[in-house]
Formats: sequence, structure tokens, C-alpha cells
Amino acid sequence: MESRKDHAGFVLRVRFVKQSKWLQIGIQYGGLIAVLALLIAVFSACSKNFLQPATLLTIANQIPDLTFLAVGMTLVLIVGGIDLSVGSLLALSSAILGVLMANYGWPIWAAFGIAMLVAGLCGTINGAISVGWGIPSFIVTLGMLEIARGATKVVTSSQSVYIGSQVEWFGQPIASLRLSPAFLIAVLAVIVGQFVLTRTVFGRYCVAIGTNKEAVRMSGIRATPYAIAVFAISGLMCGMAGLAQTSRLSTADPNGAVGIELAAIAACVIGGTSLMGGRGSVVSSFIGVLIIQVLQTGLAQIGVSDANKQIITGSVIVLAVLLDALRNRLSHRS
Amino acid sequence: MTAPPLLQTKSLTKRYGSVNVLSDVTMHARDGEIHALVGANGAGKSTLCKIISGLVPASGGTMKFDGNDYRPENKQSSESVGIQIVQQELNLIGTLSVAENLFLTRLPNRGGVLRGRDLHHQARAVLDRFGLTAIETHTAVESLGVGHQQMVEIATALARDCRLLILDEPTAALTGRESQQLFEHLRRLRDEGVGIIYISHRLDEVASLSDRITILRDGRFVETRDTASMTTDEMIALMSGEEAAGQIAEHQTYRRDEIAMRVRQITSGFVNDVSFDVRRGERFGITGLIGSGRTELLRAIFGADVATAGEVELTDVKDGQLFSHPADAVAAGLAMVTEDRKQNGLLLSQSIITNTTLCSLRPQFSRGGLLRIGDEERIASSMVTNLETHCEHIDQSVGTLSGGNQQKIAIAKWLVHDAEVFLFDEPTRGIDVAARRRIYRLIESLAKNDKACVIVSSDLEELLETCDAIAVMCDGKMVETFQRDKWSREKIMQASFSGYVS
Repeated sequence: MESRKDHAGFVLRVRFVKQSKWLQIGIQYGGLIAVLALLIAVFSACSKNFLQPATLLTIANQIPDLTFLAVGMTLVLIVGGIDLSVGSLLALSSAILGVLMANYGWPIWAAFGIAMLVAGLCGTINGAISVGWGIPSFIVTLGMLEIARGATKVVTSSQSVYIGSQVEWFGQPIASLRLSPAFLIAVLAVIVGQFVLTRTVFGRYCVAIGTNKEAVRMSGIRATPYAIAVFAISGLMCGMAGLAQTSRLSTADPNGAVGIELAAIAACVIGGTSLMGGRGSVVSSFIGVLIIQVLQTGLAQIGVSDANKQIITGSVIVLAVLLDALRNRLSHRS
Repeated sequence: MTAPPLLQTKSLTKRYGSVNVLSDVTMHARDGEIHALVGANGAGKSTLCKIISGLVPASGGTMKFDGNDYRPENKQSSESVGIQIVQQELNLIGTLSVAENLFLTRLPNRGGVLRGRDLHHQARAVLDRFGLTAIETHTAVESLGVGHQQMVEIATALARDCRLLILDEPTAALTGRESQQLFEHLRRLRDEGVGIIYISHRLDEVASLSDRITILRDGRFVETRDTASMTTDEMIALMSGEEAAGQIAEHQTYRRDEIAMRVRQITSGFVNDVSFDVRRGERFGITGLIGSGRTELLRAIFGADVATAGEVELTDVKDGQLFSHPADAVAAGLAMVTEDRKQNGLLLSQSIITNTTLCSLRPQFSRGGLLRIGDEERIASSMVTNLETHCEHIDQSVGTLSGGNQQKIAIAKWLVHDAEVFLFDEPTRGIDVAARRRIYRLIESLAKNDKACVIVSSDLEELLETCDAIAVMCDGKMVETFQRDKWSREKIMQASFSGYVS
């Protein structure tokens, strides 16, 4: 009886229905899509050639490597980690692929299998050491960055390995679709990644671990295997990215993909993934990848020098994060 | 004495929301005296001291220091008139040296460049004055034992210009000898004319050290008396206020004979050889002073800390064992609502749904690893309705709810999971009365359904009202267990202090 009195005014206000799904999606992705649209509009205005199917298809066929990496990176960031080794792991799996195919004449599926195995193993080691022993993943993966790059040079004897047509088909547009298998599979990875994140127990645990590890433990959940698995997935995504890059260039380059880890992190952060863990979306990271690539291609097309391209790209990253912080502050206030 | 007292407070009041933690406290402290402040947990001692030293603002009332109006805005303004406080938690910077910590706010320098030799010279002088000759000024504070750290902290306060020194439980981490050294210094300071306000649970210390004693109860001033005119039993009687006991709501027990959980000789860190049984349908309270080992005991039972010895036996797990991870405890039928819901109870930035179902995703809310989001929403909604949680919608992040409603979510997640034995650590801390009532009813309904509930609380009234039996912890041991028909506030208070009265 007593509590009735206390609560009468409030109970009426409780609304159990969620916000409409479309409204939610609008809130979540609206800002990013607007930024992307704005960039496209600006470049279209500056250059007649930009808004042509050819340009857009080029962009689409260039982004698979970064997209794969961003999928893995998003998950890693969500559990509160970071993976700096992705560029080196990409190069390592590309090198293994190249050497096994070109020097030993292995078929692509076997060489690719080994490359995935190695990349997945390196990711698992990253996870086991950083999560299992509680060492910051920043340091562990920084070490892996050096190790894998060194291993790449050992495998290739520091020489580029030309493979040729056996691998090119993966990066070449399919005639009828004008999109490459690599692109299609990358998009599939985004969709699967988003599904895993939002619709599976695994994804839910990832978000929970990144939000408050101790609360997860006190809820009677063993979190360690999940967090390690996330690093393993990031490693596997490097293997996929390795295949995508090798097929696009027909070559395994031991010095390729240097610094791409920063682009992957930037794409995630532009997409609103928190570096503190517990918040992020694979789809948003993908839009982040698109923004970065549109910027690169667009700037190149209107003839901006490499130096200025870097300055502008950097500014856009900071601006995007600033906007996100502002949006957060506003939504917290309301 | 014609001079005004060093510090006077008049009608000091502190409110947090609708809760009065301090009401209408009028007292005074003189220079050249050691003035003890005693009371049960939550009596308002620490709050009073924080107000005096400018750490929290008063909601009402006035203060006079040395005869002048005194209205501190922050710690700096209290230090500028000569008030120093040493709080329960250490405020040292572990990686810096002892000397740097001592002079942190006024490092000797020339144009910004540290004068290391002067610094260590001055630090040496301060430490020597307090007989801390064994402490090297260059050592990093973190490499010192807790006792020495505490001494450095006190020395830091005393090294500054100090007319009134406030010490909040300074001996909690000290050994007997260190305490004795500290007392010598304090007596010397008193003789030099410094006023000292001294908070302690250790009534024997208070009796031997202090000149006068002020007793607080439930945020109210009870009495100030000369120490010589009071025994420790009288202190306890005044703190517990037995005669002022309120009427207790009718209590109905649901206790059965069958034992739900048998705890045997748990030893974990500070907790020493604790055994007890909880029966089905029983509400078993555990009280004791802060630092008596209550939370540590629950954590050891739940597997959150790994106990060094002991056994926990549940109906499903006949041969006793120790849990090494909460997951094992949960699988065996335990649930624990943690003391600090922000630290380890809830995912604050996540939604009500996510928090409500977190413990039960497997197998209740998933099939083949895929979430059953519809089921999650249904359960979260019904929990919100049942527990009368005030919220906008179930997608709202838990961090935006009030404390009481957060606590309801923290409990709801275990109700959804279900368990045989529920461990509650401070289930109503920082919660308004209405939510508190709701949680009592909730615990009662658990008991009615044959669940065993262990409730740790600093709030004795709460346990007296809800529990069938109350055990008292003191100094890491479970000293006594009282049944409902045999208990009294005074007996329980006596047991709580039993380890601290010589």
C-alpha cells in the first residue's frame, strides 16, 4: 500500500516501448552518412569526373583491405583493447601467400589457408598475452607489429614476390557486377560483424567486457576466452586483408601496408567507436572507411598534393571525433 | 578560560538529496586538547570532519574558528587558517619519494628548478621530529608498508602550519607499536597547544588518549563529556541509543530447518576462520564496523577473492569447496549483489535490458549463441514493472537512473537468473526510503520462496527490521550470532566493538 502512494505519479510515466527502430538507425548513422554525402557533394562540385561510376567503382575495389581490418579493429576496440599489429600481420599473410604460391607452386586455397592460420595464431598470441596476463594490448601488439614485420622480411628475403593472375581474380571486378569478389566478401564481413556484435551472446559479452570487466566477472561470467577470441578474429581479418591486397597488386610486398593500422583505428573512431571500450558499431566503422577513401580519392582527383592530402585527412579525423564528442555531450545533457 | 574555543560549530547540517547525514550539530573543540569523536557507522563523524576541513560544503549552520566567522570553500581555505585533515584513505602519490610527498605543495625550488638537497634536508628534519628515523627520504612512498605510509601522511599534515589537526581512523592500518608512537606525538602536539579532533572505533584508544569525547548518533549530536567521567560501556550505550529505539514493524519468519548454505572456516586476507550456516527461507544479517571484514567475507564465499582456506557447501554441492571464480559460485546456486554497484555491479553506460539479462544470456536468452531479443525485452519490462523502477524506457542507460533504481536493476539481474542463496552487500546504501522499503519487501518475498538471503549492512536498524538472525563481525572474525528473540542494539553494538575494547 505504502509504495503505491510513493509511486503513483511515476508509474504512469514508464514507457516500455523502445524508440522506433528507424529513428534509432537515423540517430546512429545519420551524422556519418551526412558527412559522407557532404564530402561526395564537395568533390562532385570540384571535379566533373568524381561522380562517375568509374570513380565510385575504383573506390569500392580499393577499400576491401581497410574494411577487413576495420571490422576486426572495431571488435578489439569494443572490448577495450587496441591492435597495432594489423598492418604487419597483413603484410605477413600476404608474404606467406606470395612465397607459397610463386616459389613453391601451391594452389591459392592451400596457401591462403596457411596465411590465415598464421595470422589467426598471431592474433591469438596478442590476445592470450594481453588479456591472459593483463598487459596493455597497446604494448603487446606493438611488439607483434615489429615481430610480424621482421618475419615478413625473413619469409620474402625482403624482396617483392610477384604472383600474377592466379591471385588477381579475387581483386578484379566481376564483369556482370563490376565489383570484385574481395569487395563483396568485405561487405559480407561487415554485415556478419555487425550481426555478431548486436545479435549474439558473444557480441553482447564483448560490449560488456569493454564497459566494465569487473562487473562482468561479478556476474559470474568468465570473460577471458571471449576477449582473446576477439584478438584472434582481428588476426583472421588481417589474413583476409592480406589476400585482398595481394590480389589487387598481384604482388606480395614486404614493405606494404605500413601504417595502415592507424587508418583502421581512424576509421573506427570516425565511426564513433570508443577507444575506452564498450561502444562501437561495425557498420559505422565501414562508413568511416568510406569517408577516408572518398577523401583520398577525391583529393587526388582534384589535384591536391600528397602533403596537403595528409594535412586535410588528419584534420578530418580530428574534426569527426570532435563532432562525435559534441554529439555525446548534447545527448547526455538531454 | 577567557579565550574563545578554537573551533565552534553551530547547527551544522548536511543533506544529500532528501537524506540528512548530519543534522543540527553544535559542538566545540579547544586548543591544547585531544577531542575524540565517536559513533556507530554512518553517525556522521567523517562528514562533520569533511565540512570542517572544507572538503564538502555544509547545507546549513555556521562555524567559528578562533573566534572569527569561518566558512571554508575548499581544502586550501581551511589550510590557510591552520586546519589539517588526515583522511581514512591515503592521499599520497605512490611513485614520488617521501620527501616530495611531504613538501608537494611547496617544493623548494629556484626558478622552477628543484633544490633536491634542501628538499631532503627539510624532509629529514620533519621525519626526525616524529621519530621516523627509519624512513629514508628518497624511497618511493609505494614501497613503504601501509603503516609507514600512514605515518608519512600524518607527518605531511603536521609539517604544515597546523593549529587544528583532524585524524580520521589513523590507526586502522598501524601496528600496536606504531600506534603508540603516534599517540606520543599527538600528546606532544597537544602540549604545544595544537587542537586535535580524533575519530576512532577503538574505544580503548579513545579512553586512554583523549581529554573529551563527543558522541554522534544518526547524524545528531548526543553529548560531549570529559573522558575521565565515562566508561566504554557508557559510550556504547550513548552511541546505540537503546532507549530511543523506534517501533519495529511486525516480523514474520520464513526460516525452515533445511540448511541452504554451510560456510566453514573461511580465511581470506583479513577474514579469519569464519563459519556459519544459513537455512532456507532465512534472512541472515551480518553487521560490524567498517573494516571488520564483512565485504571480504562475502567476496571470499562468492569466489571474487580466492580464499586461503575454508569450505562452502550448498544443497547442490554436497562436498564443500572453495570457489575460484564467481562463475563457479553462480553455477552452484549463489548470487551476489555487490556493495559498489558502480564499480562492479552494473554496466552503467549500457541499457536496462543489457544489465537485466547479463547473467542469464546463457541459456535463458539465447539459442545457439544467438540472442533472443524479444524475450530480453519482455523480461526487462516485467522486471521494471515488478520492482517499480522509475525509468523512461528499457533502452535507457542505467547510469542515468537514480541510485535506488540502479540498485533495483542490480538486484533484478539476479532475480532473472535465480539462485538458492542471495548475498546482499549493503543493499540499500545511498537509497531513498521508498526504494529501500521496496527492496526489503523484495528480500522478504525471496525468503518466502525458500531462498536464503545473507545481508551485510552497516545500518543496524535495517538488519533489526528484516533479519531472522544477525551475526557480528569484528576484526575479521565472526564474534557472535544473535537470534531475533534474544538481540538488543546494545548487545550487538557491544559485540561490534568487542575486539577494540581492551
